Amino acid sequence: MAGFTRGFTGGARRGADQRLPPGQYDTGSGWPVLSAELTPQVDLDAWTMSIDGLVEKPTTWDWPGIHTLPGSSYFGDIHCVTTWTKFDTTFSGISVDSLLQVARPTPEATHVMATSTTGYTTNLPIEDITGGKAWIVWEFDGKPLTAEHGGPVRMLVPHLYFWKSAKWITRITLMDHDEQGFWERNGYHDRGDPWLEQRYQGDA
Amino acid sequence: MSEVEAVASSWTTGTVREIERFGDSYVKLRLEVANRHDHVPGQHYVVRLRAPDGYTAQRSYSVASDPADPLIELMVECLPRGEVSSFLHEVAEVGDELEVRGPIGRWFVWGGTVPSICVAGGSGVVPFVSMMRYARRMGTESALTVVASAQTRVRLPYVEDLEEFGALIALTRENHVDGTGAERVAAHIYPDELAGLSNGVERAYVCGSAGFVSFVGRSLGEAGVRSDVVRVEQFGPTG
Repeated sequence: MAGFTRGFTGGARRGADQRLPPGQYDTGSGWPVLSAELTPQVDLDAWTMSIDGLVEKPTTWDWPGIHTLPGSSYFGDIHCVTTWTKFDTTFSGISVDSLLQVARPTPEATHVMATSTTGYTTNLPIEDITGGKAWIVWEFDGKPLTAEHGGPVRMLVPHLYFWKSAKWITRITLMDHDEQGFWERNGYHDRGDPWLEQRYQGDA
Repeated sequence: MSEVEAVASSWTTGTVREIERFGDSYVKLRLEVANRHDHVPGQHYVVRLRAPDGYTAQRSYSVASDPADPLIELMVECLPRGEVSSFLHEVAEVGDELEVRGPIGRWFVWGGTVPSICVAGGSGVVPFVSMMRYARRMGTESALTVVASAQTRVRLPYVEDLEEFGALIALTRENHVDGTGAERVAAHIYPDELAGLSNGVERAYVCGSAGFVSFVGRSLGEAGVRSDVVRVEQFGPTG
């Protein structure tokens, strides 16, 4: 393996913010759009959010129904595996904890699969979506979340790489085992912690 | 669902064997990769630069070469203030060693047989060049239809390869004369063009900026291509 790269000082990015995980750069005011599929048009009148699988009370909320739960916001940074980080974002919606308080996971539940209206999936350990670490959001910076960024409703798990924050979320399924989702089957890491640089299968 | 075997890639050395610069827009790198695993057309590599104090910057680039090529070919668009692309464009020389990792991605890949239409905007042609070269070698060109769009001919990387393959070149700011002498008037890709070309395809690949992908997605829909057979790769910032 090569040592350092001849002629590369990284001078342009020197003094990088301590909030940047390794290998990430500050995308500034931009917000790149990345997805594997075409952007669907989701009609809020027909939209539902379900919690199912290993729960005592499988539950489905519609758009007015989910607004009866207490609101919750995230203020902080998001990190994409393609190496951009966006600082100081504000997302609003509800905490995933609020949904799970209603549906009540059974003791066997250890992992979840998040599913989008497009069929996109991503897997997460239950600890990564409980305890105030994950949201279902429909506003970004106080405005409705646009379709290209996962609107009208997406998941938000900001302490993991952003492919875990499933766009166009419609369902979270509790499971007693781990199972790979879309990008995880296609070469990306099962957990995706940006501070550990868990980008691809094979990373520690 | 994947046509590609899972390979857990790790960082290795890519030695620059050939380098060619195209104005201020593109730089073509041909790398000899140590402990290389063959890629499948459509996959990408990550290039990582390392400063003497350990600071690193990395970006992903689609592979343009055929899997049988002894070297890995990357065509890198030089972005304004692009930390990695500007280094590759301005500093990199033959003989330099870069940290590379790949091949990566098992979704935006073509295994060589599924009848497909590929639609590219600008540097989005790169993964399709690998597919075209592979199809040429395997004799499966008839399974691959390529459409490439750019503002002008000189701004389209691999334009000669695309023309030779019989790709539809859709230029938006100047007319284009194809190999048969027919002239296409400057315009964005329109649904009628796609409808004719997407007859019988089982899959569509779209690669380009977010705006381009969104535009082509709508046009493919109007041309009768189902959204669930469309695979997308996007790049670039949005406003």
